[in-house]
Amino acid sequence: MTRMPGPLRFAAVRHGLVVIVLAAAVAGYTQIAGSFADFQLAQIAIYVMAIAGLTVLTGLNGQVSLGHGALMAIGGYSAALVMQHDPNGHLPLAVVLVIATAATAVAGGIIGVAAARLRGPYLAGATLALAVGIPQLAVARQFAHTLGGEQGLTVRSPQAPSFLGSSFSLEHWLSWICAAGALVVLFLLSNLVTSRYGRTFRAVRDDEIAAALAGIHVARTQVLAFVVSAASAGLGGALLGVVTSLVAPAGFTLVLSIALLTGIVLGGLGSIVGAVWGSILVVYVPQWSTDLAHSLSFSTVMGSYFAVAFYGLVLIVVMLVFPSGLQGGIVRLWGMAASRVRRG
Amino acid sequence: MLSVHDLRVSYGAVEAISGVSLEVPDGAVTAVLGANGAGKTTLLRTITGLVRPRSGRVAYDGVELTSLRAEEIVRRGVAHVPEGRGVIQDLTVDENLRLGALWRSDRDDRKKALEEVYELFPPLDTRRRQSAYTLSGGERQMLAIGRALMARPKLLLLDEPSLGLAPLITAQIMALLRQLSSESGLTVLLVEQNARSALSIADQGIVLALGKVVVTAEASRLAEDEDLRHHYLGF
Repeated sequence: MTRMPGPLRFAAVRHGLVVIVLAAAVAGYTQIAGSFADFQLAQIAIYVMAIAGLTVLTGLNGQVSLGHGALMAIGGYSAALVMQHDPNGHLPLAVVLVIATAATAVAGGIIGVAAARLRGPYLAGATLALAVGIPQLAVARQFAHTLGGEQGLTVRSPQAPSFLGSSFSLEHWLSWICAAGALVVLFLLSNLVTSRYGRTFRAVRDDEIAAALAGIHVARTQVLAFVVSAASAGLGGALLGVVTSLVAPAGFTLVLSIALLTGIVLGGLGSIVGAVWGSILVVYVPQWSTDLAHSLSFSTVMGSYFAVAFYGLVLIVVMLVFPSGLQGGIVRLWGMAASRVRRG
Repeated sequence: MLSVHDLRVSYGAVEAISGVSLEVPDGAVTAVLGANGAGKTTLLRTITGLVRPRSGRVAYDGVELTSLRAEEIVRRGVAHVPEGRGVIQDLTVDENLRLGALWRSDRDDRKKALEEVYELFPPLDTRRRQSAYTLSGGERQMLAIGRALMARPKLLLLDEPSLGLAPLITAQIMALLRQLSSESGLTVLLVEQNARSALSIADQGIVLALGKVVVTAEASRLAEDEDLRHHYLGF
């Protein structure tokens, strides 16, 4: 690797620059796109947080979680409960989000302690139980009163600050908030990955015995990965509540957990940039499939079948063409192009 | 001094070590020899906390190691290069080496240790930023030893360092272990199937058979004893 000049030597500076460029691109994009694009952008941003968090856990640390939708639920419900205890809205949204994130991080720590004793299929099974079980707590008789049962809890929408002008819509503001959250998560996680913690995560994933013999506390590393990953998912879940102004069990089904897992595999296991590709695919491809079904003027029933089948087809094709995920594929194509240029 | 007292280790119903007692003197090279299944690897794994003994004690410099976890034992100056080396393929040579000293707080000395390892292993020096995945078997063994040395151990345990290496590379690695011991006073405990090359550098030899110590003697005497060689060492 060649040495980069000046401040670019520091990974954190490079990550910061990328984040600034992305922020500018997002701001520009929302200026020209309509309100539906705003909603989609918010959705992608929410997935980016959860999928990037899952990438750290599964891709970098080797712990499979089929239950990240449940962690998003914890984040969403935490935000809703905090807002309920603050009916006049004194707390700024940022504070609510920080509390929700912290609450999910704590939950992640508890799950992580249990997970550190489980391996492979056992861990997958345990987290699967979380994905199914935790959202159902809201329906359980003991909690239905506090957590709102099937109907769920309402979440207050924030108001766009007045200095942005009266024509600045709420959707616009929400998409900006989500994008900002996603960029903060991406920045922090990218730095984590290139730090010594990132290296210990990978060492523990590849060889627990060697890691322990190198003086790394294996269980503590695994719990830390779970905490970081849960915090990211919790922020995403809280913002999902804010964007849809509702948290309900139906919003955090097993399908969500599976979609997150699909995202990390499609994007490229273990790559934070891949998490962004994965999120875009997981949000857009089902949308495109539905649009395509519409344009082919299928009946409603046929259309919905077609959409699902088309989504599956895209996933299969992507995995066949890019077995190491989109990011892996891009890196490989880039390498091939670069070596061709060098050879002339 | 490392002392192992009446150690018993079993995997389920199978007893791998049945009452082993031994002492590893400081500053010397001790070779543990024996056939497959003699309990050599289990012995090392129990010393460094990867396997829990059913009974018995392991102590180093008077400190009881038996109840400590692997990551705590390396902090007390006992490093272990595992069988198969345990190189992290996804990390670069440099990252692998630095992994071995992450727990140490002395930043300057971590840097110094790194440069010393590169000086010791020139092939690694030229591959600092290469992924460990691209290394040859001999280079991986160097990397694994280098990572263990990053902890600045007083006692270095090695599990079959010659495994899968060409004779010339094995000889180089053995010579290096001898040099580390003679020049820096490192204590080396070496587990080997390749008895001939292990005895060529060892001061003391311990022969294990079916989970028990059968002979402890000076290495040169072991190498000369034809009966013993024939029965236990296969050369």
